[in-house]
Amino acid sequence: MKRFLLPLIIFLVMVGFLAVGLHLDPREVPSPLVGKPAPAFDLPLLDQPEKTFSPKQMLGQVWLLNVWASWCVACREEHPLLVALSKAKLVPIYGMDYKDTRAEAQQWLNEGGNPYAANAMDIDGRVGIDYGVYGVPETYVIDKSGVIVYKQIGPITEQVLSNKIMPLVERLQAQ
Amino acid sequence: MIPEIGHFSLILALLVALILGSVPIIGAARGNAVWMGLARPAARAQFFLIATAFICLAYTFASKDYSVGYVASNSNSKLPLQFRIAAVWGGHEGSLLLWAMILSIWTVAVSVFSKHLPDDMRARILGVMGLISVGFLLFMLVVSNPFERLIPAALDGRDLNPLLQDPGMIFHPPMLYMGYVGFSVAFAFAIAALLGGQLDSAWARWSRPWTTMAWVFLTLGIMGGSNWAYYELGWGGWWFWDAVENASFMPWLVGTALIHSLAVTEKRGSFKAWTVLLAIGAFSLSLLGTFLVRSGVLTSVHAFATDPRRGLFILVFLVVVIGGSLALFAWRAPTVGRGGKFSVISRESFLLANNVLLAVAAMSVLLGTLYPLFLDALGLGKISVGPPYFDTVFVPLMTPALFLMGIGPIARWKNATLPELAMRLRWAFAVSVATALVLPLLLGHWTPMIGLGLFLAFWIFASSVHLVRQRLAGDRATLLARMKSVQRAWWGMVIAHIGIAVFTLGVTVVKGFESEIAVRMLPGDVAHLAGYDFKFEGVQDSIGANYTASRGQLRVSKNGVERTVLSPEKRLYTVQNMPMTEAGISPALIHDLYASLGEPLEDGAWSVRIYHKPMVEWIWAGAVLMALGGLLAISDRRYRVRRKNLTEEKAVTKKSVVKKAVVKKPAAKKTVSKKVSAKV
Repeated sequence: MKRFLLPLIIFLVMVGFLAVGLHLDPREVPSPLVGKPAPAFDLPLLDQPEKTFSPKQMLGQVWLLNVWASWCVACREEHPLLVALSKAKLVPIYGMDYKDTRAEAQQWLNEGGNPYAANAMDIDGRVGIDYGVYGVPETYVIDKSGVIVYKQIGPITEQVLSNKIMPLVERLQAQ
Repeated sequence: MIPEIGHFSLILALLVALILGSVPIIGAARGNAVWMGLARPAARAQFFLIATAFICLAYTFASKDYSVGYVASNSNSKLPLQFRIAAVWGGHEGSLLLWAMILSIWTVAVSVFSKHLPDDMRARILGVMGLISVGFLLFMLVVSNPFERLIPAALDGRDLNPLLQDPGMIFHPPMLYMGYVGFSVAFAFAIAALLGGQLDSAWARWSRPWTTMAWVFLTLGIMGGSNWAYYELGWGGWWFWDAVENASFMPWLVGTALIHSLAVTEKRGSFKAWTVLLAIGAFSLSLLGTFLVRSGVLTSVHAFATDPRRGLFILVFLVVVIGGSLALFAWRAPTVGRGGKFSVISRESFLLANNVLLAVAAMSVLLGTLYPLFLDALGLGKISVGPPYFDTVFVPLMTPALFLMGIGPIARWKNATLPELAMRLRWAFAVSVATALVLPLLLGHWTPMIGLGLFLAFWIFASSVHLVRQRLAGDRATLLARMKSVQRAWWGMVIAHIGIAVFTLGVTVVKGFESEIAVRMLPGDVAHLAGYDFKFEGVQDSIGANYTASRGQLRVSKNGVERTVLSPEKRLYTVQNMPMTEAGISPALIHDLYASLGEPLEDGAWSVRIYHKPMVEWIWAGAVLMALGGLLAISDRRYRVRRKNLTEEKAVTKKSVVKKAVVKKPAAKKTVSKKVSAKV
């Protein structure tokens, strides 16, 4: 009898999750990386593979690092916000294209617009491991001394942008 | 007036479904023949009422009545007629109506082709299908009414999503739903058997053609969707592991397992509980897929509706249907008993192993699809799980499954021996290893993945060839007579398996050898890819019914000889101001040449992407072969003979297992089947 109950139990657990999922919004999670220097990397650029991008180049500036991929559906959701943010020129946005191919990434940017000052290609996802990326999209706010101040897991929403990220960026820029 | 007739028909259909879902089932429990007999007329009445509602909605679309909210949001006066009709299922409410419509078609089909079933069994089956119908009709009438009026009426409609304005839209959703909903028949058979306590090989035999039919539709539906994405999205991809694709793929995997498990239950009486669980699983995953797509809990390129009330309704419905049937399973399955014993090396074992692999594959797709939701529910943020996960999980699961596919049909029931199997398959093995090692080098380069894929594809080919040769061996009659003496169901299996091989070959070659370039092209520029020259001849503007288009032209030549012309388009659908790409494709057996237009750049230049896709058409050809195999299996005469009468049929089935008996008595069987098919 017990083993025949197993499918039902598994199903009910799943229903629990689905029920919670119906009423959910993305929430903020503390990351062990917050307060620590952004892990160093040196990755080729999306449009100019012979050049590379490294967080060191950004010392002295407040900037956003956005991890994305052309295969990521949630990234499509936040993309228009990023494009609007880049047009406002308040803070430079750098992209890290995660486990992707160049052609698809470029196509994606052609379609949706390119908000990034530059894009680093993390084709095999190694750097993503250093950053503790367990899904895309993720966005990091990095201060003038290269320390991660905030990590957004999941798409940026208008709310998060105006209540969290932008006030934080302004405060950091004033420092 | 017409929309109100439709609305009223739906309400009547709900009442009929309530009767269908209760009276016959109670009648079966009490042995009341009159109550049981209500099932068939109720099934027919329900079909008539839902069809009326469906026609009313189609008419409302065709007559451009924008005082109905659903019509106003999903069509436009400039939309061509065929798309106005297809727009019936272009949105949330209409897809539900299509769902209910197809469910009522299957219900009527069962009521027509179930004369040979015991009365209580038939009453229970139709009753269960009626209960499912109650859920969907209620859902429509309570929170998703397609006939709701819009006051004040809109002057014109907001147009059908341009992505859906494609001939694919006319065929793909009905096909897919025929498959999805078709599993409700296998589900209803399983529930009826659990309720009646009659889980025997007769039950499995009755379920088989229905399950296979649904599977054929689902296979074609998924194939159509994949092909549509290939030319419509303009990325050259054919599968994206999108939540909605996964929602159709999971029932397919479990349905495939179910087909095989039913075969064992029919022939050997084993796996009964497991077969019932798979039947419940296949349909539950179809329902879950509907929930995932319709509730908006997942973000997807297919997402339509995000209304939490709707999500809650479907969730409650899921709990009732799936939870109820799993509880029934937990209660009744322990009494089922085990079937014939079999040893570790036997066809049963191989089929069981394949079954488990398919079920695990389906579960891992489910996990990948729901993982973002789980993380979100635990407060860990919203993420996307993409192809990297699915590719990693799928290859190790499918490798043993495909390998076993070569062995299973050759192994004997009950007890086989490894040395004997190895002896018989040694040539097939040698041929496939040699091909896997040599062929990639001839084609360009060798990687472990290409080697593995080719090995598996040729392993299935070679072992199928061996299987056919073995089956047709002998010298008593002509080859043709020997071919005819083999059951059609057996040929169906061979063809479906070869379809898998063709599919695997296509996937391997296109993944291993495809190439692509993205270039900036001025008129007159020539791009080179895979030995072909693509001359860009500029872009011309054209105007369609409800869009404006820039149509590019690429003249393709090889060594100076012109081969074909590709005409990729970039369309702007004016109502929604939405750009769409239409790829220019030259399909062929060996390779596709594929071009799509990107953005216009300065000085009349365009960004153009060109793909060379070797053997990509084999992917869909493989799926068509699988479906053909399924159709052939359904047409097997033993399913038709059966309708004559129960005792005779049992004798025939027993004999048809033994080859000789069939050869001896073809004339007698033919007359029976002729009579019966004339009657049907």
